[in-house]
Amino acid sequence: MNRINQRFTDLKHQGRKALIPFITAGDPAPEHTVGFMHALVEAGADIIELGVPFSDPMADGPVIQKACERALKHGTRLSHLFTMVEEFRQSDTTTPVVLMGYLNPVERLGYQAFADQAANAGIDGVLTVDMPPEEADEFGPILKARGLASIFLVAPTTSNERAATICAHGEGYLYYVSLKGVTGSASLNADDVASHLAPLREMTDLPLCVGFGIRDGATAAEVAKVADGVIVGSALVNQIAENADTPEIIPGLLKAVLGEMRHAMDALNRN
Amino acid sequence: MTKFSDLTRMPDARGHFGPYGGRFVSETLSFALDELEKIYLDLRDDPAFQAEFDYDMAYYVGRPSPLYHAERWSRELGGAQIWLKREDLNHTGAHKVNNTIGQALLAKKSGKPRVIAETGAGQHGVATATVAARLGLECEVYMGAADVERQKLNVYRMHLLGAKVIPVESGTRTLKDAMNEALRDWVTNVDDTFYIIGTVAGPHPYPMLVRDFNAVVGREARRQSLEQIGRLPDALIACVGGGSNALGLFYPFVEDDDVAMYGVEAGGDGVETGRHAAPLSSNAPRGVLHGNRTYLMSDEAGQVSDTHSISAGLDYPGVGPEHALWKDVGRVKYVTANDREVLEAFRELTHMEGIMPALESAHALAYAKVLAPTMRPDQHIVVNLSGRGDKDIMTVAKLDGVEF
Ligand SMILES: Cc1ncc(COP(=O)(O)O)c(C=O)c1O
Repeated sequence: MNRINQRFTDLKHQGRKALIPFITAGDPAPEHTVGFMHALVEAGADIIELGVPFSDPMADGPVIQKACERALKHGTRLSHLFTMVEEFRQSDTTTPVVLMGYLNPVERLGYQAFADQAANAGIDGVLTVDMPPEEADEFGPILKARGLASIFLVAPTTSNERAATICAHGEGYLYYVSLKGVTGSASLNADDVASHLAPLREMTDLPLCVGFGIRDGATAAEVAKVADGVIVGSALVNQIAENADTPEIIPGLLKAVLGEMRHAMDALNRN
Repeated sequence: MTKFSDLTRMPDARGHFGPYGGRFVSETLSFALDELEKIYLDLRDDPAFQAEFDYDMAYYVGRPSPLYHAERWSRELGGAQIWLKREDLNHTGAHKVNNTIGQALLAKKSGKPRVIAETGAGQHGVATATVAARLGLECEVYMGAADVERQKLNVYRMHLLGAKVIPVESGTRTLKDAMNEALRDWVTNVDDTFYIIGTVAGPHPYPMLVRDFNAVVGREARRQSLEQIGRLPDALIACVGGGSNALGLFYPFVEDDDVAMYGVEAGGDGVETGRHAAPLSSNAPRGVLHGNRTYLMSDEAGQVSDTHSISAGLDYPGVGPEHALWKDVGRVKYVTANDREVLEAFRELTHMEGIMPALESAHALAYAKVLAPTMRPDQHIVVNLSGRGDKDIMTVAKLDGVEF
């Protein structure tokens, strides 16, 4: 079984919700990424989304744009991500890793080469922000053949008809974008999120995870009440940005931010 | 294999031009693009819409633009007769207004109170600010900070027209970054905002509708050639940034197999130096940026390359997807003119014909200087003079060592 499916099965048995941190690989420099990943797991991460830095991150706000710039300044490229995950897998064989990024670096490498190298490295899923299912006719089956989950976005603006198509193509989990905007936007409205998740529940058995606008334990817990997973990016990347000159203290800070969310989410079960 | 006659039937229902084009956007924008496509397809063949467009073209833009025989310059070059399609004489000074008038009609139909645009040279920004002023729409224009610097005049024009110009400091601070930022704005404000894209790029249906609105250039040029020359021209030349003025001129001639077509990309310091903005002529790899698949200048890791051109309007690493297909099937020959040749052509046309071209358009003129002498005096070339040079006077003055 794919590690992502295994993880959601386990969480369901435990009655817990998934906590999914996002960081940009290579930020602030490539040698730190694997250490950060382990720190995130120690603080309670269930799945890690690893951002592939791109020169033109059109769906991202300033925080992740700058993370891409820092990573690219150090020459981080897709091939380095494969090495990072390989290294991560030497001591962590269970935490699923999802690559999240834009299509062009993948196109440049070639779909088949990408799928082969990603699978060999121990990657579990791929979310390509600018590739909706309509454009994934060729890529989807290639990923599937290598056991990689194609993860798709659903937005507040997605019609029910489109959502059905997306559910039919999606694997691993569905990434619900909580608001109209770029990553790092102000804040989400939990009631609004709940009302959008309800029809999706009717359409699919895929776990529904929510990202964009989750800043702290309170927002994470609110979302965890209605979703199967909570995705947090800019709040973590902010810590990396603010301490890029002292990378040795970053793992502790990441753990503090993520740990607070984990605690707030798990407290739901105890109430 | 795509036949030339198939080229008139592109794109397919999903916006693909062969392997190019498409709709590579994040999910939030999918509904807005569906909506835009529906509005456009409903209106496209509606006689009332056509009449409204034609009326604005005639009485607001000042069409048809003349086809002018540059006799003195042709004699000087000693070959084919050169005819200039005078898009520089349009209201706001470039072909860009053909498209913004069309999209403004769509914006009106959509009922959205706000429009945004990206701009390089500022011509598309000015054309957008102009239609927004006329329709009473709120208007914000994204412009790379480097371009704000080199196109100050147009920045102030937009300001006078009531638009807000937002300098973009990210990335290479040019057109591609302006487009990134405009897309980010659109994702955030998609409910009340209409995005007026300025060239035949972006996600489907933009490449199709921007082409259709600019095709008025080629329809006129074809008719004018028959009237004034007595036959179709032997060759067409247009500069290619995103490719809207070129497609506008070329598209109505696509099935005229005897009409050769040349698209002139920005050679910058010279294609061999790597400092250019010529994805087609430099054989850049295929890639995906700003919603479509095309030829895209990028490094081996798939990071989009920096581009270089004296002309802000051509300083873009990609090109409209329809041009990518036309390159593959060989219908258009893509060539370059470098900055030095462009400045020479700018000065030559100004001196010999009293017409000051935009630096973008001067790329097409620079290639006319190469092509005309290889042809006979009874042959004819139509060059798209896509815009006027007022906006570039500062750039040229600076090169002359003149400060204002
Ligand atoms: C006068 C003029 N010509 C050409 C262009 C390039 O655009 P396109 O290739 O879409 O015609 C511009 C863009 O700013 C322009 O201002």
